[in-house]
Amino acid sequence: MTPNAWLQIALLIGTVLLLVKPVGAYMAYVYENQPVPGVGRVLGPMERGIYRVCGISPQHQQDWKRYTVALLLFNLLGFMAVYLLQRWQGWLPFNPAQMPAVAPSSLAFNTAASFVTNTNWQNYAGESTMSYCTQMAALAVQNFLSATTGLTVLVALVRGLARKTTTELGSFWVDLTRSMLYILLPLSLVLAVVLVSQGVPQTLDKYITVHLVQPFHQAGSSATAPSTLITTQTIAVGPVASQEAIKELGTNGGGFFNANSAHPFENPTGLTNFLEEVAILLLPLAFCYTFGRMVNDTRQGWAVLAAMVILLLALMIPCVMAEQAGNPLLVRYCNQQPTPLQPGGNMVGKEARFGPVNSAIFAAVATGTSTGAVNSMFDSFTPLGGLCPIWLIQLSEVAPGGVGSGLYGMLMFVLITVFIAGLMIGRTPEYLGKKIEAFEMKMASIAILVPPSLVLVGTAVACVTAAGLAGIANPGAHGFSEMLYAMTSQANNNGSAFAGLNGDTTFYNVLGALLMLAARFWTIIPTMAIAGSLARKKIIPAGSGTLATNSPLFVFILIAIIVVVIALTFFPALALGPIAEQMQMMAGHR
Amino acid sequence: MATHHSLNLLKGNVLRQALVDALVKLDPRHQARNPVMFVVYIGSVLTTILWAQALLGHGEAPTWFIFWVSLWLWFTVLFANFAEAMAEGRGKAQADTLRRARKDTTARKLSAPQRDAAQTPVPASLLRKADLILCEAGDIIPADGEVVAGVASVDESAITGESAPVIREAGGDRSSITGGTRVLSDYLVIRVGANPGEAFLDRMIAMVEGAKRQKTPNEIALNILLAGFTIVCLLATATLLPFSIYSAHSANTILVAAGHTASAAPVSITILVALLVCLIPTTIGALLSAIGIAGMDRMIQANVIATSGRAVEAAGDVDVLLLDKTGTITLGNRQAVAFHPADNVTEKDLADAAQLSSLVDETPEGRSVVILAKNKFSLRQREVDHLGAAFVPFTAQTRMSGIDLQDRHIRKGADAAIEQYVQSLGGHFPPEVRVTADNISRSGGTPLVVADGAMALGVIELKDIVKGSIRERFAQLRSMGIKTVMVTGDNPLTAAAIAAEAGVDDFLAQATPETKLKLIRDYQTGGRLVAMTGDGTNDAPALAQADVAVAMNSGTQAAKEAGNMVDLDSNPTKLIEVVETGKQLLMTRGALTTFSIANDVSKYFAILPVMFASIYPQLGRLNIMNLNPHTAILSAVIFNALIIIALIPIALKGVTYRPRPANKLLLHNILIYGLGGLVVPFIGIKAIDLILNFLHF
Repeated sequence: MTPNAWLQIALLIGTVLLLVKPVGAYMAYVYENQPVPGVGRVLGPMERGIYRVCGISPQHQQDWKRYTVALLLFNLLGFMAVYLLQRWQGWLPFNPAQMPAVAPSSLAFNTAASFVTNTNWQNYAGESTMSYCTQMAALAVQNFLSATTGLTVLVALVRGLARKTTTELGSFWVDLTRSMLYILLPLSLVLAVVLVSQGVPQTLDKYITVHLVQPFHQAGSSATAPSTLITTQTIAVGPVASQEAIKELGTNGGGFFNANSAHPFENPTGLTNFLEEVAILLLPLAFCYTFGRMVNDTRQGWAVLAAMVILLLALMIPCVMAEQAGNPLLVRYCNQQPTPLQPGGNMVGKEARFGPVNSAIFAAVATGTSTGAVNSMFDSFTPLGGLCPIWLIQLSEVAPGGVGSGLYGMLMFVLITVFIAGLMIGRTPEYLGKKIEAFEMKMASIAILVPPSLVLVGTAVACVTAAGLAGIANPGAHGFSEMLYAMTSQANNNGSAFAGLNGDTTFYNVLGALLMLAARFWTIIPTMAIAGSLARKKIIPAGSGTLATNSPLFVFILIAIIVVVIALTFFPALALGPIAEQMQMMAGHR
Repeated sequence: MATHHSLNLLKGNVLRQALVDALVKLDPRHQARNPVMFVVYIGSVLTTILWAQALLGHGEAPTWFIFWVSLWLWFTVLFANFAEAMAEGRGKAQADTLRRARKDTTARKLSAPQRDAAQTPVPASLLRKADLILCEAGDIIPADGEVVAGVASVDESAITGESAPVIREAGGDRSSITGGTRVLSDYLVIRVGANPGEAFLDRMIAMVEGAKRQKTPNEIALNILLAGFTIVCLLATATLLPFSIYSAHSANTILVAAGHTASAAPVSITILVALLVCLIPTTIGALLSAIGIAGMDRMIQANVIATSGRAVEAAGDVDVLLLDKTGTITLGNRQAVAFHPADNVTEKDLADAAQLSSLVDETPEGRSVVILAKNKFSLRQREVDHLGAAFVPFTAQTRMSGIDLQDRHIRKGADAAIEQYVQSLGGHFPPEVRVTADNISRSGGTPLVVADGAMALGVIELKDIVKGSIRERFAQLRSMGIKTVMVTGDNPLTAAAIAAEAGVDDFLAQATPETKLKLIRDYQTGGRLVAMTGDGTNDAPALAQADVAVAMNSGTQAAKEAGNMVDLDSNPTKLIEVVETGKQLLMTRGALTTFSIANDVSKYFAILPVMFASIYPQLGRLNIMNLNPHTAILSAVIFNALIIIALIPIALKGVTYRPRPANKLLLHNILIYGLGGLVVPFIGIKAIDLILNFLHF
């Protein structure tokens, strides 16, 4: 670790932690349905206007079933919209590049599933597949809505913990409106403007064609075919900044361009890189404080936040170390030591403006949250460097996870931890005064089991079918890592790609879409069921016989349980991928 | 209990029976009830088939290896069965003793509730609720019921283990009678209260045998968690087969391309089964039912019969204890501790009068006055008959008692009553006596004013004697987060003083059944779980309302019906023990679950380097324990089986428990069972590996 690496990590985590309290407190206003100070004066009338137009009664309360059904229907509608907009984009306006309908249909299906589930796995290249209309009306809109969906589930769960002996969890429509209006839209607007100032395009103009300073001959398709002289280049532009902002803030990660945040138009400078990292971490971590406020004990929020940050750092730091250390096999051939003129380390597949440190930090941030954004190619990371992002995703996206989904996922682990730790002090386990019983255990087990099961089964299917093996670009352990990563990313709604795997086949499109949908909604439904069940319970006052869930000891046990129950489950699979690769590299051959 | 002593003698028998039962429990129908152990069971069957296949020359792994893995998997299943059988065995031995008390006798059925009513002999098994029966000296009482006529001394040792006979009589709080006990003297007419098979003795037998044992809510929740964890492990190991098929194929392609022979092979099913069994929480899975049975058993050892495991579990959750002052917090009854004479009266005169007035008073208070007078002034007891005195008994109207001796009319009673008495005789009630009486009241004592005719002589101070060490007990409970509430019929002033002396958190003075019930409801509305003891019929509503209700065996049938536990020793202090046993039960489950899960870490390091050795030999670097690759997997499997046997004593006895705050308790248990669970298998597996190599395996 270079001093620069420590500085960069400290700066990022420090900045985010400073923002947690103000942003978290602000969100508490939003979700306790109080008038929001400041912006409320402007947005309040808009909010009421929306309720009037949509016929929403702001006082109306839903039980968990109605809330969930509303959420599912809303997402189904979103899914259909994204699918149809892709298929019809050829006839729709805002298509200066004259993109035809997205084909095959399995790709459109995969993309729709991907954006509805906040995964943003991309089996396509944005600039050569999607019209501006699709980018804006389908993908950017779903970036907002999928993040909002995560927030609504979380806020329903938190209300379930905070309220007592009631069936009322709030109104999905009100939570949806307020999340959008007060949180995601204003923050995105601010970030988008800053990004534009750094050079991120925001235009509806068509792609720009420029003359090359140095024309070149491109070899023909066969040895006898004549070569062609290339004199121009098309530079893709579009409404990038608006999509880029919500891509990070909503922990979506679907890039406007194929190269995602490695593309200079998505992430032009060191500053934008830093701001994007902050934007990714902001809402998942800030909601911990909101949660603490809503259950009237902010230390509960800080405890969960501590577990998230510790897990994130535990894999971010080795990732940075591995990438900065470079490849030991290359030591004989090139100098990988940092100097004032070059960052050193493993620069393969990385942008010169980010270097190994900020590439590895970004990788950890984007995989620790369920953001599929990348600013470097994981396929070219050292084996250990590549292990860290994949393991961060395999923690079921709780360190700190996606907007909403990270915290509700983490709270499922908290319930399991409370159960085991509660037994150890000789009481029926309780969390925030709510007794944790068989029903909660059943639902929490489902929510926790679904993503790893999908990863393992998906990879197993890919391993033994011809269609699955056809997509692999590299043999051996690295090929296995590519497959495992693709399944891990989709089955945990992350969306980042390891690259090296050709995912745009019917097999991978359909399998991936099913994994994404199952992983998203089969964690949401049990979570909502728990919210409903907890809301009905009494709150038992805390005493000295109660398990303290805001102590460092509890944070330690929580982390230990996540590591042993989930992370180690993947240990054998990882041994066949990145770990085997690392060992081979250390042994000096492959 | 009568079985206490015989238990140790029976140990050999219990052990032998448990070994037999362990084999009987191999029945798949029994195994299917426990998801974790069922997976091991299936694994054992699978590896046995693989072994048979290997014997025929089609082995997927070396025959000796499959044989030993398979053998130790069977041992794992048997050890789990054995643990359960051991736990059940102790109960069975007790049940047998109890069953001997349930002899099928012939009852004498009466036509009317009188001793001389017409009798018909009826077999005890045909008695029904509301039948009337007659039991005379020497008879075994054939059924549970209520005494409707007669008084008798009854030997209840068959149920309680207590050899001193107890009095049972019609009416009041001593009217309940239990089948299986024996009438020693006199006669009883009993109204049968339970049909055959529903009697207390039957319930008790069912309870100790675990025959009617249902899984408790907490056990169900834990089972779900363990099943979920098992599914993850199952998927993680099952998918390793396709993963390794791909990896082996890919590795072979590279080897062949480099001019080597293809030597990588997918992982064998035997190894996968071994890994699976090592990863799933077999330790807790194997011991879970034994822990539950042993928890009930510990209650029975303490002479408390719970009506369900649910009640035992709830005992661990209790946060408010309602304790009766008398008998629980204070020793039996109030005792005289001082004489406070009025002006112009000597203390000795007061003591003399007080003694005279108490000579015939057979209440414990009365006796304590006589004893105090004897101790202080060596006043000998005088025979009442010689004095020619007339005893004036206590009545609710006069609220005083005393003695008429020639021309002396000595009375003692509450200050208000005596004041009225003195004034009615034209006397003057001295103000200093009033002040003394008030002071005694305020300090928690009870004043008894003594008067001789129209002259008030002074005050006897009666005091509740708080039990030694009870204060420390309450402090411990407080540190565990349990609130103690003293319930007493005393006035608030007295109650407050005793409450302060005993160190309880709160008190309910001038308690009536209604206020008691209301207090319980109030606590429950606030989300708390309440435990209480009771014996009288008027306690029944409160007992029924409380979450954990321990009825005294000496109490009425109504109280026993309303409670969810019966204390055979009729000792109200037992409530604290009940709570601790409940906590210990939950803690044992939690501790062994943590231990079981923490064990996994080492097993990955034992098995992984070996299982992929042919595909990626470089993974040998993960072999941090430096195990012999030939015996590493077997060592892990053997450890996994032996740890079950090693932990049976903890499962049966429960983890050691000392009351302390939750956080300290958690830290303590995490260090022992969490950290221990992490470290112990590294040492254990390495040791077994060394032994196996020493034996040239």
